[in-house]
Amino acid sequence: MGRKAKFGDDGAVKQIKGPGRKAKKQKPPKMLPGLPKLEGDDEPKKLSHRQKQRASRRSKKKEERKLIKKEKKKGVKKDDVKNNNEESDATKNIKSEIVKQFSDSNSSWLKSKNSKSIIPEKDDDIESYDSDSDVDDENEEENGLESIDEDGLSDDDDYLAGTLDDVDSSNESGIEDTVHKNKETSTKKRKAEESDDELLPIEKAAKKLKAAKKKEDAEANEEMKMQINVASQDVFVFPASDKIDEHIPIPEVEQRIKDILLVLSNFNKFREENRSRQEYTELLLKDLCTYFSYNTFLMEKMMHLFPLEDLMSFLEASETPRPVTIRTNSLKTRRRDLAQALINRGVNLDPIGNWSKVGLVVYNSTVPIGATPEYLAGHYMLQAASSMLPVMALAPQENELILDMCSAPGGKASHIAAIMKNTGVLIANDVNKNRAKAVIGNFHRMGIANSVISTYDGRHIPQLFKNFDRVLLDAPCTGTGVISKDSGVKMSKDETDLQRCFTLQRELLLAAIDSLNFKSSTGGYLVYSTCSVLVEENECVIDYALKKRDVKLVDTGLSFGTEGFTNLRQHRFHPTMKLTKRFYPHTHNMDGFFVAKLKKFSNIIPKNNESDDNEEEIETNNVDAETTEVEDIVEKPVANIKKPKHGRGKNRTEKNK
Amino acid sequence: MKQLTDDRMKVFFEKLSKYIGSNIKLLIDRSDGKYCFREKKDRVYYVSEKVLNMGSMMNPDNIISIGTCFGKFTKSGKFRIHITSLDYLAPYAQHKMWIKPAAEQQFLYGHNVLKSGLGRITESTTQYQGVLVFSMSDVPLGFGVAAKNTTECKHTDPLSVVCFNQADIGEFIRCEDDLI
Repeated sequence: MGRKAKFGDDGAVKQIKGPGRKAKKQKPPKMLPGLPKLEGDDEPKKLSHRQKQRASRRSKKKEERKLIKKEKKKGVKKDDVKNNNEESDATKNIKSEIVKQFSDSNSSWLKSKNSKSIIPEKDDDIESYDSDSDVDDENEEENGLESIDEDGLSDDDDYLAGTLDDVDSSNESGIEDTVHKNKETSTKKRKAEESDDELLPIEKAAKKLKAAKKKEDAEANEEMKMQINVASQDVFVFPASDKIDEHIPIPEVEQRIKDILLVLSNFNKFREENRSRQEYTELLLKDLCTYFSYNTFLMEKMMHLFPLEDLMSFLEASETPRPVTIRTNSLKTRRRDLAQALINRGVNLDPIGNWSKVGLVVYNSTVPIGATPEYLAGHYMLQAASSMLPVMALAPQENELILDMCSAPGGKASHIAAIMKNTGVLIANDVNKNRAKAVIGNFHRMGIANSVISTYDGRHIPQLFKNFDRVLLDAPCTGTGVISKDSGVKMSKDETDLQRCFTLQRELLLAAIDSLNFKSSTGGYLVYSTCSVLVEENECVIDYALKKRDVKLVDTGLSFGTEGFTNLRQHRFHPTMKLTKRFYPHTHNMDGFFVAKLKKFSNIIPKNNESDDNEEEIETNNVDAETTEVEDIVEKPVANIKKPKHGRGKNRTEKNK
Repeated sequence: MKQLTDDRMKVFFEKLSKYIGSNIKLLIDRSDGKYCFREKKDRVYYVSEKVLNMGSMMNPDNIISIGTCFGKFTKSGKFRIHITSLDYLAPYAQHKMWIKPAAEQQFLYGHNVLKSGLGRITESTTQYQGVLVFSMSDVPLGFGVAAKNTTECKHTDPLSVVCFNQADIGEFIRCEDDLI
């Protein structure tokens, strides 16, 4: 296609002028300078007219220089005659140079010159010191040039060939330029040289160094000044009161968030006079709401929950999806076999970490990971890393009777069954029939045969059974830990939703405790987990249960995760609350999660709560809520929740929309 | 949750024996406890006595599945085996077909097995015999009915059907809502 380059035979075809096809008229393409040369190209090229002119000028100048040198030599010889018997000055100089040379950073370069200095041309030596501060490349080229000079060759062809070898990568014109520059610099140097000819070379070098340092200092000073200016500009100016509600574009909001965070990080230093911290935090709240599109209520909760430096990373981590993880079904296959099979299908994966023997992280995949023949054959389950934690905390044993109260879609329940090796009995309950269908599919796919899938309201289970060895309660929640999966939470959840959630969670938790068999030889344990990060749905609920039932918190057995809060703002929890575990997207790279493990000690219900159910609720609310604000929050839902019996199912679907 | 009537028991076992023959015995006499077949809403469940006891304490309306579902009785009184029973059929299968990796996907989408996709087949499979379908790496993929006997399969042209698809594990995704 197109023109063909004829690199080999030069100018074989003369280019046609006049009308015709462009391809025919155009010159053949030139070889790029960086490319390796063809064999035929090695011969020295013809010089252009200008190049010839320059070369002749150059040779003239060199001859002049030689004349000057000769004159100087004569002068030196006269001196030599003066100190006839002793060693000559020049040789002394050379000796001292040799001693000092090696302390110089350029010693390697100096050395090469030193070998030359044996040649009686001292002038050359001086020059070499002169060019000390020059860029290395130039030096080298200069040396190259001079060495050619010394050879006394003014043959242009040879000269050019030499430079071509030296600088292979630069193109012809580039070489010409550098040659030209070298010429200029060398003449300049010569002038300077003549003026301070009397100084020793070392002194000259020192002088140069001094000058360079001075310049550097000046530059540094300037830079410092600039920086100070920047800092002084950076201090955040609080917007006027009438401008606060103004709509500003997102990038500006982002900048303002950063600024406010800076101010709040060192409030005394950066604050404006007569602006309180509250004003700043309110503005920050507003900006964060616009930037991350949260509602004010939820953002306020988040701000209370995290220190400011963590807040940003949490919010940002909540925007990005977590890695896809799968759990090997140990009933049907082993992790190594599964990994091999999936790798053969073009899936890039790795074990999830030291803490799990069944988890795998999928980095990328050429096939849909939820529809491979392995998936259909039940060899693995798509499951978030955080969902494996409550089951590990529960630590099911074989031949036990276990309840999963809110099981859909059956990820954790099938994990339990796999650990039980299909022995014992597992009751996978979920109040929502449609969601429970997913449990049927998953259980049959995974080959779980020891289970009953039921659709009771979790709160009614203690009326049927009170003899479970272990209970897993993965309570329905607002889903503030899985915002990356469902960003609708950010806007949709308000105070009433939260109230509904935690009231339901409390009821479910009490029901779960009631259905536990504390006499069980192996168990009597309950694991409570939510995919929310709010204290209202986690620590508050556990604290409530600790007061209402004879249960104690025990260690979850999970090797990582941050401890639960024992106090936060107005809340004061039981000191054992630090045995619970919290997981965050920004610290653990998994969904926001909460896991608590309780052990039941008796069926006794603490006396002060034994009277009426309704009274009981309010009473504990009073105990729970120390400030009037929270009391209000808690009292309402009691009336709200009691009315619809199936509010839970509704909540459950809301969570998953 | 009730025991199967004699008639239905007969229909059910007849159907089951097409796939696993006399190995039905092994399903009932198990060393790890008593197992039985129970009927609920025309569905037949295979469940251990222990699990059944728990289930019997619950309100049947609130139980949507117990143990493993084997299939259902149609309105006309026939029995249809579901894919959910695959875990019990596969190990006891008497007649098997192995299909090539290239044909796996086709089968999982509910298509019949063609001769070109057939990797291996049990000797002495007769026509219309119930067969279990495996991948070449011995992963059970589903079951169906042999369209031709073994010798015919060997000599037929590559585009003719050798196995009619009855159920495949693709159904776990395709019809998750009405799996049982």
